[in-house]
Amino acid sequence: MTNVATKSVRRPTGRRTGVSTPGAWSALAFIAPATIGLVALYLWPFLSTLVKSFEDVPAFGDATFVGVDNYTTLLADADFWKALRNSALYTVIVLLGIPVAVVLAALIEQVGRGRAVYRVLFFLPVVTLPVAIGMVWRFIYNGDFGLLNYVLSWFGVDGQFWVADPRFTIFAFGAVGIWMGLGINLIILGAGLQAIPKALYEASGLDGAGRVRQFFHITLPLLSPSIFFVTILSVIAALQMFDLIFIMLRSVNNTALTDSKTIVYLFYEKAFVQFHQGYGAAIAIVLLIVIMIATALQFRLQKSWVFYG
Amino acid sequence: MAESTARRAPGIPWRRKPSRTWPIHAILLVSVAFMVVPFIWQILTVFKTTAEVSRIPPAIWPEEFSLHSFETFFSTVPFWSMFAVSAGSLTLRVAGQIVVAALAGYAFARIPFRGGNVLFGLFIVMLMVPSQLFLIGQYQLVRDLEMLDTLPALAIPGMFSAFGTFLMRQAFLTMPKDYEEAARLDGAGTFQVFWHVMVPMARPTLAALSVLTGLYSWNDLLWPLIVSPSGENRPLPVGLAGLQGQFGTDYPTLMAGALVCSLPLVIVFLLLQRQFFAGIASSGLKG
Repeated sequence: MTNVATKSVRRPTGRRTGVSTPGAWSALAFIAPATIGLVALYLWPFLSTLVKSFEDVPAFGDATFVGVDNYTTLLADADFWKALRNSALYTVIVLLGIPVAVVLAALIEQVGRGRAVYRVLFFLPVVTLPVAIGMVWRFIYNGDFGLLNYVLSWFGVDGQFWVADPRFTIFAFGAVGIWMGLGINLIILGAGLQAIPKALYEASGLDGAGRVRQFFHITLPLLSPSIFFVTILSVIAALQMFDLIFIMLRSVNNTALTDSKTIVYLFYEKAFVQFHQGYGAAIAIVLLIVIMIATALQFRLQKSWVFYG
Repeated sequence: MAESTARRAPGIPWRRKPSRTWPIHAILLVSVAFMVVPFIWQILTVFKTTAEVSRIPPAIWPEEFSLHSFETFFSTVPFWSMFAVSAGSLTLRVAGQIVVAALAGYAFARIPFRGGNVLFGLFIVMLMVPSQLFLIGQYQLVRDLEMLDTLPALAIPGMFSAFGTFLMRQAFLTMPKDYEEAARLDGAGTFQVFWHVMVPMARPTLAALSVLTGLYSWNDLLWPLIVSPSGENRPLPVGLAGLQGQFGTDYPTLMAGALVCSLPLVIVFLLLQRQFFAGIASSGLKG
């Protein structure tokens, strides 16, 4: 063991003999807390979820191995497919917010005075408790005396029960999802915009290109890596949507809840309300697979639209 | 006006004609209205009575700015104990993340050791796994250690993250090696170099990590929901969700609760905007 230590002590800076250099033992001390935490609280729980997905785990007592039973039950479960569809629909709606964020980020970048104020205002939902956001929007969406129906009535549009009516629930959540995510997207896209060399705009300006042309020919291509990053993050976050549905539907409206569960809500319900942890674990594994496929698909697609200059 | 335009875009004052910024402001102001109207509506509702709220069409302005909703909220909800739980859990998580991630990040960036790359690869893999995949095992651990409904149970998993270690490693990698070598020539040991040379230089990244961890901890609902089954030691999100079950349609009280529980973090954000933006820009927010 001493050998190992001396060997690696010498390795890093051979050119400076006589100077003490960090060695393997100090590396161990530095890394131990993070590694113990990672193994005990992440690696082991992950493996335990994987194992449990092949087991029947009663609330009390020992688990029994059941092979792929949980998965076959899951694939035959109409609730699961509904949840998958709901999560996918919610994700697609949230993605519609990205073009909006790109345009707004470009506009904010054009503004001198007031830029900081805009950023703060767009960011407010990010620092507000999601539970609080759910409560406020549930009130705004209220079918009887909600603000949305009132505003729509000015334009002669009939009011709806946006949350309680399963035809609208996921769309109503999606709108809130866009609203909540805008602040984060604007910050990431803003950082991307600042990395675009100003000289490009000067040169094209001299050549007579207007702002709209510059947006499509300079900003969009050079920003595409940031847009790609924002898309990846948004999809991952949207597929994990839980808080809104928990706060806006649970104990409020049961018919809409059965129709509007997302994957993560279904997971929570099975694993921690009904305590079918084996079944819950299988849902979690499927969620992981869905996220992996969605991410891989985006990396495949990026080749056709992301521009690395 | 021309002067302010010049200040706006130094070096290229000729590019922007002052008259053309107003359409941009117009679009942005309309968008901002969409962002803030829900908050304004929430605040107006807080001062209304239940009767006013359920009127059709709704009254925009409260008739007499009643503070009744706050009274109901504070008299039925143990706000301060929930606040203490939220703040305590946040403090533990942030402190844990900073210490653990800075130490490991430094080692991964600067101290070559056997198996280092494999171990770091393991961190990266865990970084990409969604948090729900850990919940069942983490819950089992907490339950077996009989720690359900305790503050440590709320905080401990969040004190460690592959993300934090990754972020700190990247930060240390970009730092020039000269300072370390100079300190080492002066006889400083590994820990002294880390503490007196590297940590001060990593302060902006540590701030970003703290802010992200704090934001995530404050907003987190699912984990506290799972490990606080009895309702003791509830943090604010869980308590607020419970309020909804209790006061179903008493919207002024619900809005007051939502406002009071959100305000602490909003105030911190207004004070530390730069750190929040830097944190988000450096990483994105991992759900």
